Amino acid sequence: METIHKIKSNTSEQKTSKPPLQGTERENISGSEAVMRALACEKVDTIFGYPGGAIMPIYDALYDHVKKVNHILVRHEQGAIHAAQGYARTSGKVGVVFATSGPGATNLVTGLADAMIDSTPVVCVTGQVYAHLLGTDAFQETDVINITTPVTKWNYQVTDATEIPSVMAKAFYIAGSGRPGPVVIDITKNAQLQKFDFDGYKKIDHIRSYRPKPIVRKKYVEEAAKLINSAEKPFVIFGQGVILGKAENEFKQFIEKGGLPTAWTIMGMSAIPTDHPLAVGMLGMHGNYGPNVLTNDCDVLIAVGMRFDDRVTGRLDKYAKQAKVIHLDIDPAEIDKNVKTTVSVWGDCKETLPLLTELIEQKVHPQWLERFHEFQKKEEETCIIPELNPTSETLSMGEVIKLLNELTHGDAVMVTDVGQHQMVACRYTKLNHTKSNITSGGLGTMGFALPAAIGAKFGAPNRTVIAVIGDGGFQMTIQELGTVMQSQVNIKIIVLNNNFLGMVRQWQQLFHDRRYSFVEISSPDFVQVAKGYHIDGRCVSKREELNDALTAMLDHKGPYVLEVMVGKENNVFPMVPQGCSVAEIRLK
Amino acid sequence: MSKQEYTVTVYTENQVGLLNRIAIIFSRRKINIDSLNTSPSEVAGVHRFTIVINETEDVVRKLCRQIEKQVEVLKAYYNTNDEIVWQELAMYKVPTDVIAEKVKVERLLREYGARAVAIRKDYIVFETSGHREEIDALIKALEPFGLIEFVRSARVAIIKTSNGFHEKLKEFEYREPSEEVIENEYLNETEKEKIFSM
Ligand SMILES: Cc1ncc(C[n+]2csc(CCOP(=O)(O)OP(=O)(O)O)c2C)c(N)n1
Repeated sequence: METIHKIKSNTSEQKTSKPPLQGTERENISGSEAVMRALACEKVDTIFGYPGGAIMPIYDALYDHVKKVNHILVRHEQGAIHAAQGYARTSGKVGVVFATSGPGATNLVTGLADAMIDSTPVVCVTGQVYAHLLGTDAFQETDVINITTPVTKWNYQVTDATEIPSVMAKAFYIAGSGRPGPVVIDITKNAQLQKFDFDGYKKIDHIRSYRPKPIVRKKYVEEAAKLINSAEKPFVIFGQGVILGKAENEFKQFIEKGGLPTAWTIMGMSAIPTDHPLAVGMLGMHGNYGPNVLTNDCDVLIAVGMRFDDRVTGRLDKYAKQAKVIHLDIDPAEIDKNVKTTVSVWGDCKETLPLLTELIEQKVHPQWLERFHEFQKKEEETCIIPELNPTSETLSMGEVIKLLNELTHGDAVMVTDVGQHQMVACRYTKLNHTKSNITSGGLGTMGFALPAAIGAKFGAPNRTVIAVIGDGGFQMTIQELGTVMQSQVNIKIIVLNNNFLGMVRQWQQLFHDRRYSFVEISSPDFVQVAKGYHIDGRCVSKREELNDALTAMLDHKGPYVLEVMVGKENNVFPMVPQGCSVAEIRLK
Repeated sequence: MSKQEYTVTVYTENQVGLLNRIAIIFSRRKINIDSLNTSPSEVAGVHRFTIVINETEDVVRKLCRQIEKQVEVLKAYYNTNDEIVWQELAMYKVPTDVIAEKVKVERLLREYGARAVAIRKDYIVFETSGHREEIDALIKALEPFGLIEFVRSARVAIIKTSNGFHEKLKEFEYREPSEEVIENEYLNETEKEKIFSM
């Protein structure tokens, strides 16, 4: 990286010391080299990718940069983008992906959709066929721009190398600013090979048609404060916006000053420690009892950096109708999209929260908070205790998580896949630090966890990263064990094996008369599979073995696969059945 | 809220692919675009989309926010028909002999303000501009006389209260724009009250 800056400053020095010679001192480099320079200037330290014909010039340029940037060779491009997402989520930086044209690029689509809906900053560079072949159905040509338009925040096709520096600068700025999201830059092979006079790379922080941050209007902050100050039963619900806005401290000060009971969405989880005295748990379909029921009892609902997903709101026309709603969000399109607000405060919550905190009164709401605790007690009796301390012979998912909490003390990064294990893990995991809950919330992408955990480890190399995955989801991207092997990624993989596509089976049991239609899934011997990849592992099914097995996994130097056989037909409760209001949440 | 015709005016950077990005905002929600026109605007380098849809105001407002969210979109406005001046252009191909023989047709065309834009031995192409109903009425009238071909353009519309985009654009070029630019037109005070009561 230093050398690049040196080259740049040398050029400018020469420019100033010698009479201007019409840019003859400019370096003549290839489009591919310009891509690598851009990454260096954006301080990219890790790339997840997979080579192929149409991106070979970029891989050739990468060859000269491997000392400064770490390229992780994945086993499937979907793995690359999920890894980049995991990296972005634990590091707070933009994840970077390389993929080739055609199938390479189409393999990214699931990850793009996931990153789009979960606002994850990723820049994907895809190779494309030569410009003169565009539209001819050339070998490995697909219309990447049109395929990815609905699932990208921005995308652009480069056919001329001179555009690369400015387009890459735009890509990083757009992906990471405002409400983050994925960007695809599709570069035709001729542009990768084309030599041009490189004028240096300039990072940008302004595009005239793009307003990443709405201006904060004090008037609405004042109105919001007035509502909060007059509230007797205020309730704060927050999402990933708090983490994306790096506003964890501002948020904590806000709820603590107002004495405000606070619940998170699955995406917001870990922005405050899960055992914070004002934390009342998780919202949503499998969230906690109190926060769901009391959403329909509070008088002022304060939503911060969240988007009222239907998994959170349940039936909309019965959602918080009694409450005045305050919505703080950076994205104007989210305001009044699903829930009509009384006061909307647009802006980056890093800026709006301190303004609001200043105007609210120092308060406590002990009786109101007690209501949450009462519901918590009921939930404990019917759901939590049976899950965490089961009397059944078979193991429950909850007791695995409980033991894990005791061993990690809440300091690990928890990466989950999609299904029952995801809900159980998110319900019961103790997390002390922000950016610790990595899951596919909006898209619910099975197969997310393994590659995302790989990326999460690169994004937070000093932290313990644990992936909790179902037997179904593990088999969706199990090939990434190859990546774990080759790059020696020290992640701990827990497969909670119930021999079922558990979450779908639960729905079939509850809503389709137990007609178990194609939810029984067989698995290979996961420990043997891991062994094939030279990864150590173990399978346990007895309670007595569990503590020992988890300890051994955590103490093991290097990656580890621990398969835990759990009860086949356990269900996750509480549950807000689809089409019901949050107050109709079922405990069994 | 009932559905009615809205004209959405979008100012954008002229960019390949943006048409698709805007179109899918409608198609994703299964909303039919009645008419769509792209053209230059009063500002060099700024493109103008004019889109007509039949929807409730609530839906149109949300659509405009989704449109404005696109990186290359500068601004999106929506208006009801009484807030705009609008026109559509239509062309009609009619057999020349009918026109020559039947005086009635000629009178008809005169009545509707039609102009001949091509005259050939076998056919004449007429052109009119106006509102949809006027154009439709002329087609109906021409049909019995052997209308050979007909085409109607998308709507173009001028917003009555608009002062043009020059001033707004200047604001966009600043790093710290004034509140006026940032302000979402659809969430002014009166609007808020409406939302309150819902
Ligand atoms: C790619 C994908 N396909 C299908 C689904 C639908 N789906 C949601 S949960 C689930 C079952 C997951 O089973 P498993 O991975 O074994 O986890 P469990 O629910 O048993 O914990 C399925 C099939 C999905 N979310 N993602």
